[in-house]
Amino acid sequence: MKGGISVSEAVKTSKKEPLVRIIKRAERSNREIFTLRLLSVVLALVAGGIFILIIGYNPFTVYATIFSGAFRSSMAFQATVKIMVPLLISSLGVTLAFKLKFWNIGAEGQIIAGAVFASYFALFHSDWPHFLLMIVMFAASIIGGGLYGLIPAVFKAKFDTNETLFTLMLNYIALNFIVFLRDGPWADPASGGFPKIARFAKNAQLDKAFGIQIGWIIGLIITGAVFVYLKYTKDGYEISVASESHATARYAGMNPKKIMLKTMFLSGAVCGIAGMTQAAGSDMTLATSVAGGVGFTAIIVAWLAQLNPFGILVVSFLFSVLEKGSSVMQSSFGLSSYSASVLQGIILFFVLGCEFFVRYRFVFRKKGVA
Amino acid sequence: MKNKGLAIECTGITKTFGAVIANDNINLSVNFGEILALLGENGSGKTTLMNILSGIYHQDSGSIKIAGDEVSINSPADSIALGIGMIHQHFKLVDIFSAMDNIAAGTPGKLKKKSVFKKEIIDISEKLGLKIDPEKKIYNMSVSEKQTVEILKVLYRGARILILDEPTAVLTPQETDSLFAILKKMKEDGCAIIIITHKLNEVLAISDRVTILRKGKSIETVITSETNEKQLTELMVGKPVSLSIDRPVPENVEQLLNVYHLSVTKEDGTVGLEDVTFDINKGEILGVAGIAGSGQKELCETIAGLIPIKKGAVLYNKENIIGKTPKEIIDLGISMSFVPEDRLGMGLVAPLGMVDNMLLKTYKNGRGPFVDRAPAKELAERLVKKLKIKTPSVETPVRMLSGGNVQKVLLGREIESEPNLLITAYPVRGLDINSAYTIYDLLNEQKKKNAAVLFIGEDLDVLLELADRIMVLCHGKITGIVDAEKITKEQIGLMMMGHEYEGGNIGE
Amino acid sequence: MDMLLNFLAAAVLAGAPLLFGTVGEIINEKSGHLNLGVEGIMAIGACAGFMTGYATDSLIAALIAAFISGVIASVIYALLTVTFMANQNVTGLTLTIFGVGLSNFFGEYMLGKTENNTLKLPENVTSQLRNINIPGLSNIPVVGKLFFSYNIFIYIGVVIAVLIYFYLNKTKAGLNLRAVGENPAAADAVGINVTRLKYINILLGGGICGIGGAYCSMITCGGVWMSGSVNGLGWISVALVIFAIWSPARAIFGAFVFGAFSVLKYYVPKNIIAVPNAFYDMLPFIITALVLVITSIRQSKENSQPAACGLSYFREER
Repeated sequence: MKGGISVSEAVKTSKKEPLVRIIKRAERSNREIFTLRLLSVVLALVAGGIFILIIGYNPFTVYATIFSGAFRSSMAFQATVKIMVPLLISSLGVTLAFKLKFWNIGAEGQIIAGAVFASYFALFHSDWPHFLLMIVMFAASIIGGGLYGLIPAVFKAKFDTNETLFTLMLNYIALNFIVFLRDGPWADPASGGFPKIARFAKNAQLDKAFGIQIGWIIGLIITGAVFVYLKYTKDGYEISVASESHATARYAGMNPKKIMLKTMFLSGAVCGIAGMTQAAGSDMTLATSVAGGVGFTAIIVAWLAQLNPFGILVVSFLFSVLEKGSSVMQSSFGLSSYSASVLQGIILFFVLGCEFFVRYRFVFRKKGVA
Repeated sequence: MKNKGLAIECTGITKTFGAVIANDNINLSVNFGEILALLGENGSGKTTLMNILSGIYHQDSGSIKIAGDEVSINSPADSIALGIGMIHQHFKLVDIFSAMDNIAAGTPGKLKKKSVFKKEIIDISEKLGLKIDPEKKIYNMSVSEKQTVEILKVLYRGARILILDEPTAVLTPQETDSLFAILKKMKEDGCAIIIITHKLNEVLAISDRVTILRKGKSIETVITSETNEKQLTELMVGKPVSLSIDRPVPENVEQLLNVYHLSVTKEDGTVGLEDVTFDINKGEILGVAGIAGSGQKELCETIAGLIPIKKGAVLYNKENIIGKTPKEIIDLGISMSFVPEDRLGMGLVAPLGMVDNMLLKTYKNGRGPFVDRAPAKELAERLVKKLKIKTPSVETPVRMLSGGNVQKVLLGREIESEPNLLITAYPVRGLDINSAYTIYDLLNEQKKKNAAVLFIGEDLDVLLELADRIMVLCHGKITGIVDAEKITKEQIGLMMMGHEYEGGNIGE
Repeated sequence: MDMLLNFLAAAVLAGAPLLFGTVGEIINEKSGHLNLGVEGIMAIGACAGFMTGYATDSLIAALIAAFISGVIASVIYALLTVTFMANQNVTGLTLTIFGVGLSNFFGEYMLGKTENNTLKLPENVTSQLRNINIPGLSNIPVVGKLFFSYNIFIYIGVVIAVLIYFYLNKTKAGLNLRAVGENPAAADAVGINVTRLKYINILLGGGICGIGGAYCSMITCGGVWMSGSVNGLGWISVALVIFAIWSPARAIFGAFVFGAFSVLKYYVPKNIIAVPNAFYDMLPFIITALVLVITSIRQSKENSQPAACGLSYFREER
C-alpha cells in the first residue's frame, strides 16, 4: 500500500468549483423550444452570410438570388418541386424508422431498390396499359424498397447487428448493382457503347399535373398518410410505445421485434416510392444517380423537422429552394453550386448545437466564490 | 503518514434535487483505524452522501474536512487524489479489460511492464489475503472476483479511506467472512473504512461505530459495543406514527393467488427470490415490506409474466400462470401498477400524454386500423377530477408531471380495468399527504369490491395501518407473514433485517 | 508474374488513402464516437493539402495543412457530439455533406481564379510525390517493387498505423482511451477526464483522415485538382474499420485487401472469369456486411465495436 495522503497537494487542485458545469434544466414549453430553434436558424443564416462575405460577395444579394432562383419563373418553380419530390418522400420514409429509434442510414439504397424494381416493368413491359403499368410500377417500388429495408431489420432482430453500419453497406451494394445493370443486362443497345439504360417509353413515364410530374401529388398524399399512420393508427401507437421501452411494450402485449420488422419494411417501401418517382418522373430512365445523395439529405431533413411530417414538408421545400437557388449562383455570381451543401451544413450545425440548450444549460462559476 | 485522528469530518452537508432534500444538514465523522457502519433505509440519503464524498455530486452547503484539512471535492479525480476509494454497489469496470488493465486505467504515469505490474498487484493482494488473477478478463469473473478488483483498484491508488456500498449484498457467507478479514487488516493498517449495509449482524460484527441516517438527516451515532439490534432497528425505522388510515374489515375472504416455492434469479445472476410461498386472498390488502432490492421487483414481474423463473409455481384461481404472456395474464384480470425507481420506466410511456398512456392495454379494442381515443380521453378526464391530478392538459407528456401525479395516472389506469388482483409498488412515493390518502381510499375501494391487493411499500407506518396482513421480504426470502393489527413496527424492522418471525406465519 | 506484381503494387496504391481514413476512424470509435463525417473530413483535407501545396510548393506544408484542416473539421464534430451531446449519426452526415461541399466549392473558386481553369501542383511538390527510389532496396527483384518503391505517403501511412497501434495497445493514454469508449462511467469513476480524452482523440483521428484526403487530391488525381477526389473512399474507410475489427494493425492488411478489390477488375482477364466490374466494386461492402453479421452472431466482446460507441456521456446530476 502506498504512503499516507498528502492533503495539501490535493487541496490545492480542488480548491475551487469547476469553471463550467453542465446541468439538466427543467422542461421548456413548446413555445420556448420553437423560438430557440428559430433563433438557431437565424444564427445559421447569419453565419452563412459571414461565409459569403468572406468569399467577397454581398450576403443579401446572394440570399435574394437563391430565393428568386427558385421562383423566378414557372420553369424554375417546377424544377424546385422536381428536386423536392424525392427528398420529401424519402424523408418521410426515414422518419418512420427514426420514430422507432432504428437508425436507418440506408435510405439511399432503398430508393435505388425501389427504382430498380419499378424500372424492370418500365423497361420490359412498357406495352401494358398505362394505368396498369403505373400501378404495377408503384407496387414494385414498394416491394423493392420494402424488402431492402427489411434486410437490416431481420439481422438486427435475430443477431442484434448494428443497423447504422449495415444499412450503410447496403447503400453501396445497391449503388453498384445499378452500375452492373447499366453495363450489363439492362444496357441500352441503342446507346452506341455509351453506358446507359434506355429511356423509358412515354407510356412508362409518370403523368404530369400542372407541368410537373405527379410525384408531387404522391408526395403530398404520403405526407398525409404518414401523419395519419403515426398519430391515429394502432401501428403508430405501437411505434410510440416500443420506441421508448421494450419492456413497457411487452407489458402492453406488443411484440417489439415484429414492430421493428413491420416499420422497416414500410420505411424502405416509402423510400422505394421516392426512387420510382425520380426514375419515372424526372430522369425518365434508371440512372446511377437516381438517389444521388438524397437518401442522406433526407436524414438531415427528417432530423431538422423533428420527425414531424408537416415539418418535413416545410423543411424539404426550403432545402429544395436552397438547392435550386444555388444552381443559379453559378450563372449569376460564378459561385459553385456546392454552396448549397455548405449552407445546408452550417444551418444544421447550428440547429444541432441549439438542441443542447433545450435540455441542458451551462452553469458558470460565480466570481469570488472559493 | 496520517493514520490517526479524523479521516473524514462532514459538517452540515445539505444537498437538494429540485424539491427533494436528499441530505439535510448531515454530520458524519470517521477516524483512521476505525470502521464506521452507515445504516439507513432507501431514501435516507446515504447514497447521496457517498456520492458527494466520491466526487460525483457537489454539496449545496456544508463543509468536508479530510485528515483535518478543509477540501472541495469536485470530481472523482479529486476524491481519488484525497485518498478516498469508493467501491460501488454496481461495479464500474470495463468488461473486456483484464483486472490489471482496470486497475491501471486512469493512474498517472506510463504503462508498466506486465511482469512488474503483475507482481505489484499480487503483492498488494497477498498482504491482505485477497486472491486475484491479474490477467483474467472481467467478463469471465464471478461477482466476488469483480469486487476484489474494485478493492484493488482503490488500494493501488493509495486509498486510505475506503467506502463500501452494500459490499456483502452479492457475496456468499464465506466470501463475506473473507472480506471482513481483509477489512480488519486494513483497519489495523490505519485505514478509515465506511461500510454501508442493511445487515444488522454484520454491523455488530465488523464496525466500531454506527451512524444512522433517516429521511435525509443524521439521527445518531452510537458505539457498536454499546448497542444492540433492537436499538439499531428502532433508530432506523423511527417511532411509530399514527396515520388514521381507514381499514375496512375484509369480507368474503377466499384465496385468489397461491405462490409456491418460487425462486427467481436476477439479471446479474444473484438471488432475486428464494423459495417463496404465500397466498393472497380476495378482499384483502397484503402489504409487502422489505428493503429495496429484496425481491419485490422480481415478485411483481413474475406475476405479470415479464421474466422467467427458476422454479416454482404461481396459481391464479388454481391455474398456473407461469409461462403465460403478459397479455394473457392481463386478460385474466391481473393488473400490475409497478412504479420502479425511475418512475417512468415500466407502465408509462414518458413522452406520451395521459390519454395515450390510458390506451396502453386497451389500444387494440375496436375494429379497423385506427385507435379509438375517445374512451381513453374520457377516462383521463375522469381521473384528473377524481384523483385531482395536476396536469396542464390530458395531452401533456407525462414526463412533465411531478412524481406524485405520475403515480396517480398509473394507479388510476390500472384500477380502471377493474382488476381481480391489483399489484401496486410504491404508489405513494413522493406524494403529498392529501394525494397519499386519495390513493389509500382507492385501494380500500378495490378491497371492498373484493379485489385482492398486493401493496409493496416502504413506509412501515402506512403498511401497518392499511394492510390486513404484512409479508416481509429480505434478500429474496420471506422472513414473516404477520397480522398487521397485532405486529409492531420494531418487529417488522427486525424482519426486514433478516430475522425470521418466530410467531408463525399466517397463510403460507 | 509481372502482372501479379503490378496488381499487388496497384492494390497498395489504391488502399493507401483508405488506411488513413480507417485509422482515423478507429481512433474516433475507440473514444466512443461513430463519426460518419470521415468523407467530409477527407474532402477538406484534400482541399487544404492540395491548395497549400499549390500555393507554397512545399510538400511538408501541404501535409501539415491537411492534418490541421482535418483537426479543425473534427472540432465541429467534437463540439457538437461531446459537449452538446448531439446525435452522432446526424452530425457526422452533416459534416460529410458540408465538408464535401466546402471542398468542392473552394476548389471551383480557386479554379475560377486561374486562366486555363486547371490547377496543377507545382514541380517541387510533385517530384516529392513520385515513387521513391531507395538505393539498393528498390532494385531487389520482386521484393523491391513490392515494398520499397512507393511514394512517401504510403510509408507515412504505414508508420502512422503502426504508431497508433502502439498508442492504443501499449500506452497508458491508449488504455484510458479504450476505457472511455467501452465504459465512460467506469473511466470517469477512476478520475479519467472523459471529455478531454474524447476531444483529443477525435481531433487526432480527424487530422489523420485529413492526410488521407490529401493523398486523394495530390496523388490519385495526378497532381491536378479534380472535384470530388475522395469519391466515396471515406465511406469505404468506415466499412474498413469493421472489416479490420477496430485494429490499426489489421487495418493495414484490410486497406491492402480493399485496395486489391478495387483494382482487381483491371487485372483479372475477362476471358477467363467474366465478372462484371460492378461486382468487384461491390465486394468490399458485401464482405464488410458479412463481417458485421458474423461479429454480431459471435458476440465476441473483444472483437466488436467499443461498447459505448454512439452514446453521449453525461455525468448525471440527477
